Amino acid sequence: MDFSGTELREVYRKLRTIRSFEEKLQELVGAGKIGGFMHLYAGEEAVAVGVCEHLSREDLLGSTHRGHGHCIAKGVDVKAMMAELFGRSTGTNRGKGGSMHIADVDTGMLGANGIVGGGIPLVTGAALTAQVKGSDHVAVGFFGDGATNQGQFHESLTMASNWKLPAVYVCENNGFGEFTPTEFVVPVKDIVERAGSYGMRSAIADGMDFFDVYEKAGEAIDLARRGEGPTLLECKTYRFYGHYVGDQTPYRNKEEAEDWIQNRDPLDLFETRVSEAGILAPDDFRTVDGEVATYLAEVVQAAEEAPQPDIAEVLTDVYVNYKGGSPDVA
Amino acid sequence: MSRKLHTGGAINEAIAIAMRTDPDVILMGEDVAGGGDRSKDGTEEMGGVLGTTRGLVGEFGMNRVRDTPIAEMGLIGTAVGAAATGLRPIAELMFMDFLGTSLDPLLNQASKLRYMFGGKVKVPLTVRTVCGAGMQAAAQHSQSLYWMTTGIPGLKTVIPSSPAEAKGLLLASIRDDDPVIFCEAKGILNMVEEVPEGDYEIPLGQARVVRDGSDISLVAFGSTLKIALAAAEALENAGTSAEVVDLRTLSPLDEGAILSSLEKTGRMVIIDESTPRCSVARDVAALCVDRGFDSLQAPVKCVTAPHTPVPFSRVLEQAFLPSAQDVLDAVGEMD
Repeated sequence: MDFSGTELREVYRKLRTIRSFEEKLQELVGAGKIGGFMHLYAGEEAVAVGVCEHLSREDLLGSTHRGHGHCIAKGVDVKAMMAELFGRSTGTNRGKGGSMHIADVDTGMLGANGIVGGGIPLVTGAALTAQVKGSDHVAVGFFGDGATNQGQFHESLTMASNWKLPAVYVCENNGFGEFTPTEFVVPVKDIVERAGSYGMRSAIADGMDFFDVYEKAGEAIDLARRGEGPTLLECKTYRFYGHYVGDQTPYRNKEEAEDWIQNRDPLDLFETRVSEAGILAPDDFRTVDGEVATYLAEVVQAAEEAPQPDIAEVLTDVYVNYKGGSPDVA
Repeated sequence: MSRKLHTGGAINEAIAIAMRTDPDVILMGEDVAGGGDRSKDGTEEMGGVLGTTRGLVGEFGMNRVRDTPIAEMGLIGTAVGAAATGLRPIAELMFMDFLGTSLDPLLNQASKLRYMFGGKVKVPLTVRTVCGAGMQAAAQHSQSLYWMTTGIPGLKTVIPSSPAEAKGLLLASIRDDDPVIFCEAKGILNMVEEVPEGDYEIPLGQARVVRDGSDISLVAFGSTLKIALAAAEALENAGTSAEVVDLRTLSPLDEGAILSSLEKTGRMVIIDESTPRCSVARDVAALCVDRGFDSLQAPVKCVTAPHTPVPFSRVLEQAFLPSAQDVLDAVGEMD
């Protein structure tokens, strides 16, 4: 294992922060403290963290409606994220985006996206910017299995492959597009089969295993950074909650869900691997759990106490400059 | 100094100037190079279906002038992503009718990223697109859909009425930090006029009074400006002094210029090549009624195409398009 104890502790902290952040949201939405549509990432943590461990602040990331995990893994300020979900002026988007649009361009996070597949061309464009400018930045796009049926996916991957763009397309195949099992609507067994039609390299990773994702993503990101073009990386994973908070998942096979949640939890798998390698002890993990819990309690309190946006904000940030236009828009 | 150019030549010149003065400006679209950088092997690139961008790949190379697949959603979406991350792309949507296959990146991404992100990103994208009827291109290659983009907050919509206007407005659009839909009306593509050399911008959001008058205001834009001017000439001969206002940009809309012309003349006709429902014409009419009511001496009139698809037959297409006679008829109905 090529990681130090300190590195592994910090990886675990990210995994745990995502999980606890999402569990906290489940509570807060249930209690009516947060409004809007909320799609939780719990269960898929190893994908976001396994990929983002390879990225610098300048590398760019596009996300989905299920985007909190990507934000945390990329290093977006968790306090500002929670404030955004509360719709407060201190939020990442100053209260104007919410869960489905949470973004932080300063850390290279180009936004969650409310449109399935909508982030894929944006990431492709970010990779185009890197190529035109001759930088060594890489653009990574996360999306679900459902998005691979969208035209935006096909059009973007075609272009990225034509141009050998420095992009990595990470499909988080969690087995369901909303409520519909993937095999009902995707006519190939593995999503990566689609890569062949773009002449694109591909790989499959166990999305519940941080180390497998880390290894496969590392290869893809290195190739992209070296100018050798894009990769489609499929991570087989599972979402522990429903499509959105409130979805009771009657469409899921209970035994199957139970098996994923009890036996393939990415945090448990990580802890087992690292403990068995003798690098960290169970106590180390429990210490991190406690620290994360304390931190998130502060984060929630800060968000609840943060100011609401000024009403005048409705009219701002539509345009950089709208001279000559309606006085109703700033 | 100036010399005569047609609209495509003026647009080509604006793109070249923008690319020379800013290395972040790139051009992408279907056939914009048109076969790649063939200038080096003795073959000639197409430079787009109308030849508008010919010669640019030779000067700027294939890193900055990119032929894309015929995949409008992918190409426009990629341009949005590039704009949000540091480039200043000019993306060509060959015909405005292809908004249908490209809409999501404009409707849900380019127009909204800045707002949704709390002002923390800008999207300096220009989408050039050919709109309107007049080439017998029939129902799927002739629509004037600028009313759609005008109705989307976060987008700007620009529509020049002549070659010199096109050059200055395009340079301003490319250098604007917001996403701009730049509409090249088919009705002006063959127009030739003196175009100033060098680098100049016409600010967005400022209409211009093309012809002064005192009895009636004719508000036009894009291909309808020449119709308004022809109608004004005929009205003049009949003893009516018509003022002609060219909107230049539909969003931002220069409401002040429209209302001051109305205040001066008391009568308003808006000439718009698009279909009438939810049109720019009716939007401007509503503005006149809402905020210029006290100036109105007669009902506001809208001269538009009918609420139909665009027909193919030359005869039918000409009947579909607004004409100077339609304007005169509308004026005749006012009193």
